[in-house]
Amino acid sequence: MKYNLTHLKELESEAIYVIREVVAQFENPALLFSGGKDSILCYHLAKKAFHPGKIPFPLVHVDTGHNFPETIQFRDQLVEKDGVELIVGSVQQSIDEGKAIEETGFNASRNGLQTVTLLETIESNKFDACMGGARRDEEKARAKERFFSHRDEFGQWDPKNQRPELWNIFNGMKHMGENFRVFPISNWTEMDVWQYILAENIELPSIYFSHERDVFMRDGVIYADGEYMNKRPEEKVEKRVVRFRTIGDMSCTGAVESPADNLEKIIEEVAATRTTERGTRADDKRSEAAMEDRKKQGYF
Amino acid sequence: MSDTTTAGYLDMELLRFTTAGSVDDGKSTLIGRLLYDSKAIFQDQLEAVEKASKRIGGEGEVNLALLTDGLRSEREQGITIDVAYRYFATPKRKFIIADTPGHIQYTRNMVTGASTANLAIILVDARHGLVEQTSRHSFIASLLGIKHVVYCINKMDLVDYSQERYEEIKSDIEDFASKLEINDIRYIPISALFGDNVVDRSKKMDWYEGATLLYTLETVHIGSDENLVDGRFPVQTVIRPQTTEFHDYRGYAGRVAGGVLKKGDEVTVLPSGFTSKIAKIDSYDGEIQEAFPPMSCTVILEDDIDVSRGDMIVRTNNQPDDTQDHELMVCWMSKRPIQLNGKYAVKHTSRDARCIVKEIRYKVDINNLHKLEDDKTINMNDIARIKIRTTVPLFTDRYQRNRNTGSLIIIDEATNETVGAGMIL
Ligand SMILES: Nc1nc2c(ncn2[C@@H]2O[C@H](COP(=O)(O)OP(=O)(O)O)[C@@H](O)[C@H]2O)c(=O)[nH]1
Repeated sequence: MKYNLTHLKELESEAIYVIREVVAQFENPALLFSGGKDSILCYHLAKKAFHPGKIPFPLVHVDTGHNFPETIQFRDQLVEKDGVELIVGSVQQSIDEGKAIEETGFNASRNGLQTVTLLETIESNKFDACMGGARRDEEKARAKERFFSHRDEFGQWDPKNQRPELWNIFNGMKHMGENFRVFPISNWTEMDVWQYILAENIELPSIYFSHERDVFMRDGVIYADGEYMNKRPEEKVEKRVVRFRTIGDMSCTGAVESPADNLEKIIEEVAATRTTERGTRADDKRSEAAMEDRKKQGYF
Repeated sequence: MSDTTTAGYLDMELLRFTTAGSVDDGKSTLIGRLLYDSKAIFQDQLEAVEKASKRIGGEGEVNLALLTDGLRSEREQGITIDVAYRYFATPKRKFIIADTPGHIQYTRNMVTGASTANLAIILVDARHGLVEQTSRHSFIASLLGIKHVVYCINKMDLVDYSQERYEEIKSDIEDFASKLEINDIRYIPISALFGDNVVDRSKKMDWYEGATLLYTLETVHIGSDENLVDGRFPVQTVIRPQTTEFHDYRGYAGRVAGGVLKKGDEVTVLPSGFTSKIAKIDSYDGEIQEAFPPMSCTVILEDDIDVSRGDMIVRTNNQPDDTQDHELMVCWMSKRPIQLNGKYAVKHTSRDARCIVKEIRYKVDINNLHKLEDDKTINMNDIARIKIRTTVPLFTDRYQRNRNTGSLIIIDEATNETVGAGMIL
């Protein structure tokens, strides 16, 4: 017998270890759940971490109100099947209460507003650690992110003042009012995630797979048509066979034209593509340092 | 990226490595080259880099170094200041690079990056040869228990690809490295800029018969890097479902920190000293026959004894040191110097304690490994030998024997910052 884990098993083991540390070190943790593949993966790993017990924390969904209907349906089914607790933070409510201001114009997106609602949800539920499915390979600003990422009492991330992370010893000590973001799948790449989902037979929302949909083009990006989408007169809706590589707010998630209708085909496509998955998200295009700016405000 | 067959992908190993070098030795260029030649760079990232190369005013060519350059403030200052993690894969292995800068706070950053690495690449500029930084980086790699070190003699193009120059540098390093505890040392002459001996063999250095850097990374044997001898299982949390189906289930969740654990093994629980046998090693995917590091699993004991987080389940006939007094090498990471008789928090495996610094033995001059017995002011980036006493016993092994049970972190109780990385002697 070879006493050596394969790389996916090692990543799985690392993520389970991190999730268990969170439960041991914090009083009131939560798992941020967007309905995207990375958060579904985190949820799956959390189930593994506490098997045969239930996961000892709620899922938190920050609902922009502009979701793909398929995502919400998937979320509700999962919650019901496994009997987990779900807490929804509503961006619409933040807007109605005047805490967030709706963007206007054609490129208006509620992605930025998620920050306000997320921070409010954390505060009102007194969460001291929120786990999320962010990965370091997604984007340059994330390459330096820690597993345990400290946020000050304003929910802000200070890139100059992060604790060094040594070995596998995580320091979750904090003052009153401060909290942590924790990223159990930091070391996974997009390919790792897909291969693992295939190997473990994990269910995903249908919009990851190729389907026919009403879409329109803007600045070279394919957007799904929907009741919240402000279209310019020249932007014509047409039917195309598309799928989504990430799942976010409808107003800023681009589709790709693709015939990949199962996991094997998606993996082939991921291996061949030369575009990072965030490349199809309009919010990162706003500026090269966009992610970093949002992170400083508390987004992820 | 190139292997899409799932069977192949499921069979790959993971190699974590760190890179070190002085400023301008070509570290960013080398990493850029590895990512670029192994096709781990995506089109849109490349475009962004091309755009940025123009804006910052680089020459016409794409600046590979920009690919690995991080946050905006650093970009504006034109420097990298922390540890950044990068990923790439070949059909043979998946790689995680802990990229650490070679200048300010280099010790702190390199120690952090090295703490999880199997292998270190140390860059040497062929024109300058062995410099002070090379010795520092080598010492840190050795101190942090890195098992494999690869010296890349870079910029060979600037010394006419001279074998003589390469041999000269190699022999200087050999003299120095013989004082260190590293078993596997290799040397490769490269040009990161032109790609010689990085991914492809150099046509200009026929005299070099060794492997390329990528081949070395793909094949170095890491199967015995973990301790498979001393059974150690620190308990992270206790799983008690308390449902009708699992009414009496009581599992100890954790990650194996040493040795190979099996059903039927006679074990002792520390600190209580109670003994029992392993009834079962459990997981979501079913029972595990043999658990070894770094596997996460759940251990169930035959007897109903009181076990909680911070306890350690160990093999009865092979126990760790169980003591409150510890001798360690520490790398200090805070602007406030270490306080003799100062009190700090400590984290060791899943165990929390407080400690008092009893003695500062000496500081190490990391350029020549001299012991500075008279200089006991330990500042940020200093490495020192100290003695601490903890409020509760810790269950430890020597760091060089087991990284998981031989390491601890020291935390400032006022700021909660991690201020020290300790390696038990
Ligand atoms: N001639 C030559 N120049 C190199 C080589 N590797 C790096 N450089 C150059 O050395 C300079 C510093 O390289 P960089 O990768 O930024 O160094 P870092 O500070 O170690 O990250 C840049 O101008 C590179 O183009 C090499 O193999 N040959």
